[in-house]
Amino acid sequence: MMDAKEKERIQNNFKEKMDYEEILNCTRCGFCLPSCPTYIETGKDEVHSPRGRIALMKGLVDGDIEPSEEVKRSIDLCLGCRACETACPSGVNFGHLLEQARDAIYQTNEKSLPEKVVRNVAFHHLFPHQNRMIGLTGLLGMYQRSGLQRVARSIGVMNLFPETMRTMEKVLPEVPKKKEMKQRPRHYAPLKKQTKKVAFFSGCLMDTVFKTTNDATTKLLQYAGCEIVVPELQGCCGALHGHSGEREQAKEMAKRNIAAFEDAGVDYIITNAGGCGAFLVDYGYLLKDDPVWQERAAAFAAKIKDVTSILVALDFHNMPLQLDEQIVTYQDSCHLKNGQKTFMEPRQLLESIEGVTYVEMHDASRCCGSAGIYNIVESEMAMQILDHKMEQAKKTNAKTIVTANPGCLLQMKLGIEREGLADEMEAVHIVDLLLRAYEGGREKMRFEEMDSGGHAGA
Amino acid sequence: MLQENIIRRLESMVGEENVENSNASLLAYSYDSTPQFQAMPDAVVSPRNTEEVAAVVRLCNEEKIPIVPRGSGTNLCGGTAPLEGGIVLLFKQMSKILEIDEENLTMTVQPGVYTQDVHKAAEEVGLFYPPDPGSMHISQIGGNISENSGGLRGLKYGVTRDYVLGLEIVLPSGEIIRTGGKLAKDVAGYDLTRLYVGAEGTLGVVTEATLKLIPMPEMKKTMLALYHDIEAAAETVSAMITNRIIPATLEFLDQATVKVVEDFAKIGLPTDAKAVLLIEQDGAPEIVERDVEKIETLCRENGAFEVTVAATEVEAEALTTARRAALSALSRLRPTTILEDATVPRSEIAPMVKAIREIAEKYELNICTFGHAGDGNLHPTCLTDIRDKEEIALVEQAFDEIFKKAVELGGTITGEHGVGAMKLPYLHLKAGEAGIEAMRSIKQALDPNNIMNPEKIFTKSVVIDK
Ligand SMILES: Cc1cc2nc3c(=O)[nH]c(=O)nc-3n(C[C@H](O)[C@H](O)[C@H](O)COP(=O)(O)OP(=O)(O)OC[C@H]3O[C@@H](n4cnc5c(N)ncnc54)[C@H](O)[C@@H]3O)c2cc1C
Ligand code: SF4
Ligand code: SF4
Repeated sequence: MMDAKEKERIQNNFKEKMDYEEILNCTRCGFCLPSCPTYIETGKDEVHSPRGRIALMKGLVDGDIEPSEEVKRSIDLCLGCRACETACPSGVNFGHLLEQARDAIYQTNEKSLPEKVVRNVAFHHLFPHQNRMIGLTGLLGMYQRSGLQRVARSIGVMNLFPETMRTMEKVLPEVPKKKEMKQRPRHYAPLKKQTKKVAFFSGCLMDTVFKTTNDATTKLLQYAGCEIVVPELQGCCGALHGHSGEREQAKEMAKRNIAAFEDAGVDYIITNAGGCGAFLVDYGYLLKDDPVWQERAAAFAAKIKDVTSILVALDFHNMPLQLDEQIVTYQDSCHLKNGQKTFMEPRQLLESIEGVTYVEMHDASRCCGSAGIYNIVESEMAMQILDHKMEQAKKTNAKTIVTANPGCLLQMKLGIEREGLADEMEAVHIVDLLLRAYEGGREKMRFEEMDSGGHAGA
Repeated sequence: MLQENIIRRLESMVGEENVENSNASLLAYSYDSTPQFQAMPDAVVSPRNTEEVAAVVRLCNEEKIPIVPRGSGTNLCGGTAPLEGGIVLLFKQMSKILEIDEENLTMTVQPGVYTQDVHKAAEEVGLFYPPDPGSMHISQIGGNISENSGGLRGLKYGVTRDYVLGLEIVLPSGEIIRTGGKLAKDVAGYDLTRLYVGAEGTLGVVTEATLKLIPMPEMKKTMLALYHDIEAAAETVSAMITNRIIPATLEFLDQATVKVVEDFAKIGLPTDAKAVLLIEQDGAPEIVERDVEKIETLCRENGAFEVTVAATEVEAEALTTARRAALSALSRLRPTTILEDATVPRSEIAPMVKAIREIAEKYELNICTFGHAGDGNLHPTCLTDIRDKEEIALVEQAFDEIFKKAVELGGTITGEHGVGAMKLPYLHLKAGEAGIEAMRSIKQALDPNNIMNPEKIFTKSVVIDK
């Protein structure tokens, strides 16, 4: 429960931190309600709707209500998926309001001890330091490789964790060796006539747990004719911090990244994680009150482009791409769609693969429930959302569910595991699938060349 | 504040999980889409069926607790702000389509069904439910009925009232009655169905409705006509009617509105035109073709510098969807948008548009106008800032004049948004003292304890400021 002192602190924080103009932009028209997953999943509870959340924020600023557990619950249960923004005719930037509200609550809130420890370790000690990320994922890899994983599974240590964590542990990708992770090349030459020079934002999670996907990304970019630099001093984008009320920390991380990319002399900075991309695009806003950094941040943000979007711009979808006959469906990354407005390109790429029948999933753009660390801290709602998502996925009869963000990827893998569909369905990151398709396309070309070569001789 | 024992009794009636009274819930149901109106209820109750509604109403009638029925809270007249506190009644658990009767062409629904779902369900069997308020993807049929909502197709197809055949109603006493039915004709007594359509939740609770469906028009064409001046567009509207052409949709948007709508929808709307008419005709192909041709000629004759017909259905749909976003999109410009709903006979559209412009100039206010020009229903929308008390006072004066002008031209203070709390001070302009008295006696007879949505349409006190 909140005591009077804490209530007062939170209320003052709201008065101080909320962008009141942005709140007033909401006309309360309700157009966003049907797009909000938590509104739908709670059986249409206005408290858990975008309009309701904005009203609560306004109520706290105006002093119409006091902070309470229920108010906090409303802000906590929000996925931050920003589907409401895309639906809003008034252009309310809900993502910003949510960040401010979480900042206002969490800068003062005495959290439960375990949560505090997790947050503290994760936000202040892990994500800001790539080396430590490597260390941690190294541990995870050792655990996987050493056979400890098997032992742990068999004696049921994992039963101590909430169900999500348990299944999550099953679906985590094979972690690369620590040595490999540290040896990320810093420069790649194009493998085709050069068209663009780009920088690659390798990300913290992407460059550790999902390193193979990162490698696939640089390969695709090379095939598409890009010269790539990977600035060494870059680090985590800060999205998880920004979305969880750790704004100050996020700002520091943003500055580090801006500086790291400034001298690269590139046209674009490429990302392959929708969640990071949307946060990077927003650096200008994050640092808007900082006179020294504001302009640099805006310049940085203007260069951010998702890998799918540059691939389409470079005509990658017209290269020979080939996969085995299969139905493929796509789950939008909320932040790629609602934050970066990129949703046509992934579909265009998938549809251009020979052998692939693309089937659009109903409500493909509705959040899958992953949402950063949401599926761990709000596991019940996340699983409810995921189960509904899987119902839709199954209806497409897809063999492959494609995503464009690591969190979504894990969540979809989790969904497949929960449904017991591991033998029939696979979740992949779009770049991994594209690389397979590219290689398939080349192989087919080789065969055809050999074939026609043979005929010519006969 | 409700006493603890009342909360317990409510919980025992509808289930504990369906009664909320945390401060977050109370705040989340304290408002609707109307700026400047907000008040906290004491509890939020979501009954699961008609009997539970009746039980709640009976309790409230005994204890004299106000009840505010609430759909999606998108009304624009302060209609669901619980000004006297009490209970907000939700229909989220009464949101099923009960039956589609293809022989009688009717659909029977619970009040919580979204308007758009009524449309979709009808279309699936080749039928058509025409009323389409701009908010239809989120508004509920119970709200539509209680506001007698119009929409973009009002000119040719009429409004919600024209499609409600029968109702199930929980009276303020808690008794359940059924009016009308699947009947084309019915003169057994007073037409209570019509009385409850547009009653704004002040006479009881609608718990079921039987709606009329019609055959789906074979085809539809959508076009845009662009003008260099507003009055030429308004005159086209009158010209169309005098030439006996009744388009399905005839929407008017001024430049400022087009600009913000384009900003949101990004579908290539012409932002250089001073006024735009969005016109839609439906029906049999030969009639549609003929009308579209005639309409195009009329537009040009009346000064349109460009007329384009949407090439595909997707393009057409994009245009009407964009129009529906107009009101919300306008709020991008200033913190507060106050919208009115003055309606005049179709023939008076041009003078009304002109009057609005002059009034805006007189008070130096930024008033954008869009609306259902075809049925004389305009939405002059003032872009302002609720924190600027001086300007708000001017806004009120300006709207006062606009209402008076509308009535003077033979019109009304509200065409489709209802009186609610917002237009209550102006009702006498249209209804007159005796008219208000007649309405009040109906209210008193049906709801002697004044529990149903109090302080809406008229106040308890008899004094009305003139
Ligand atoms: C952007 C926007 C565009 C709009 N466009 C249009 C338009 O084109 N045409 C138009 O006519 N309106 C329009 N409206 C106004 C509004 O959407 C309509 O009045 C709509 O019918 C309200 O539906 P609702 O479900 O939100 O009802 P609410 O706003 O929740 O309630 C409306 C009234 O109905 C009563 N009520 C609700 N359910 C019941 C019930 N079951 N029994 C008894 N009383 C009940 C309430 O007490 C209240 O008085 C628009 C609103 C917005 C925000
Ligand atoms: S759509 Fe936008 S303006 Fe409308 S209620 Fe939602 S956030 Fe507010
Ligand atoms: S961010 Fe997503 S969950 Fe949160 S209010 Fe918006 S739509 Fe709902």
